[in-house]
Amino acid sequence: MATQYRQIVRDGLWDNNGVLAQMLGMCPTMAMTTSATNGLGMGLATAFVMATSNLLIAAFRGYITREVRIPVYILIIAAMVTVVDLSLNAWMHELYKVLGLFIPLIVSNCLPLGRAEVFASKEPVVASFLDGLFMGIGFTAALTTIGAMREIVGSGTLFADAHLLLGPAFQFMETRVFPADCGVLVAVLPPGGFLALGLLLAIKRKLDIRAGKPIVLAGAHSF
Amino acid sequence: MNPRTLIHALVLGAFCLGFGILVATTNLFTKDEISLRAVEDLQTSLTQVIPPGIHDNNPAKDSVLVKNDAGKDVTVYRATKDGKVTGVAYEISGAGYGGEIRLILGVAADGRILGVRATEFKETPGLGDRIDPAKSDWITRFTSLSLADPPVDKWKVKKDGGVFDQFSGATITPRGVVGAIKVGLEFFAAHKAQLVEDK
Repeated sequence: MATQYRQIVRDGLWDNNGVLAQMLGMCPTMAMTTSATNGLGMGLATAFVMATSNLLIAAFRGYITREVRIPVYILIIAAMVTVVDLSLNAWMHELYKVLGLFIPLIVSNCLPLGRAEVFASKEPVVASFLDGLFMGIGFTAALTTIGAMREIVGSGTLFADAHLLLGPAFQFMETRVFPADCGVLVAVLPPGGFLALGLLLAIKRKLDIRAGKPIVLAGAHSF
Repeated sequence: MNPRTLIHALVLGAFCLGFGILVATTNLFTKDEISLRAVEDLQTSLTQVIPPGIHDNNPAKDSVLVKNDAGKDVTVYRATKDGKVTGVAYEISGAGYGGEIRLILGVAADGRILGVRATEFKETPGLGDRIDPAKSDWITRFTSLSLADPPVDKWKVKKDGGVFDQFSGATITPRGVVGAIKVGLEFFAAHKAQLVEDK
């Protein structure tokens, strides 16, 4: 059991990372990574939805017939997204004002659906919850890294406005790498997203080759 | 009907019902809180554009509907002191790079700007979003200006021959904001009598 959980954690964070290995969820990966803070916010909201939807889908997996599984998965994911959206708006309004835009987008991210189909529909509740959680954390890490790359090059800052997302205590994270107006604009525009992602994919591939890991083509690897 | 089809329909229907109830319940519990938050947001943005010293009423609760030139109703919030209107605030909008920019504009009874804040926009992060006072103080430079100061034909960004700075790398956003404020001031000028009339 312990080795299985360790494998789940390692898959989510690196080996089968949602963005860097499965290459799923490209829409939020491109659209929401104009700054590290945005990437972090989108990632955390997605991680929460993935953990809870995977848990529910695994719990109900005995009742979901094969033919209607996809609409049921989408229904569960959309319901979790709506619950998160309404709850944040009501009780964590400051956070909602930052994340509000991103949250409905999670339904259109195919990573939660992918994990539901590949993992939660077959595996027990605890393992599915962990898979959703660590896939989500891996997704968060990838988005935050891409966001940081684009933000440093494009705006010369790192984690700008982090206090809006995480609270005033995190103001120390906000750094200015170089003066304003020296940024390379293209980094925060759409092409910058592709450039940063490509660079990150190349780095991961290089590290995996150096570690002697077999190279898996995007999308081909699953449980 | 094929019994298997019936089973699928029942499964799907049961999940729809169950999660529908979950979403409806969440809505029920959050509805009041969410509308409270919306009122708070309105009050917060009103206090940003109407200084607390000039009124003794709650502008969020004192509003009138005024038709603008396009025939659309504009909700105008009024700040009053001792029964006299000292300032008004209303929503204006301009075309930005990423879509509509919505702002709230506060104008004193004499036609000078009390303050202006962007409330909703989708401008490019790091470029156009410098209209947000959390990111740059650009938007505060409009305070105490009026249609006469600078002259009305100078209410443009520098690139268009006006007096207002654009941002490096972004002209469309400031152009949209300056244009929106100018239209907002013209709206005030056209309806001044109606807006500042004593109650």
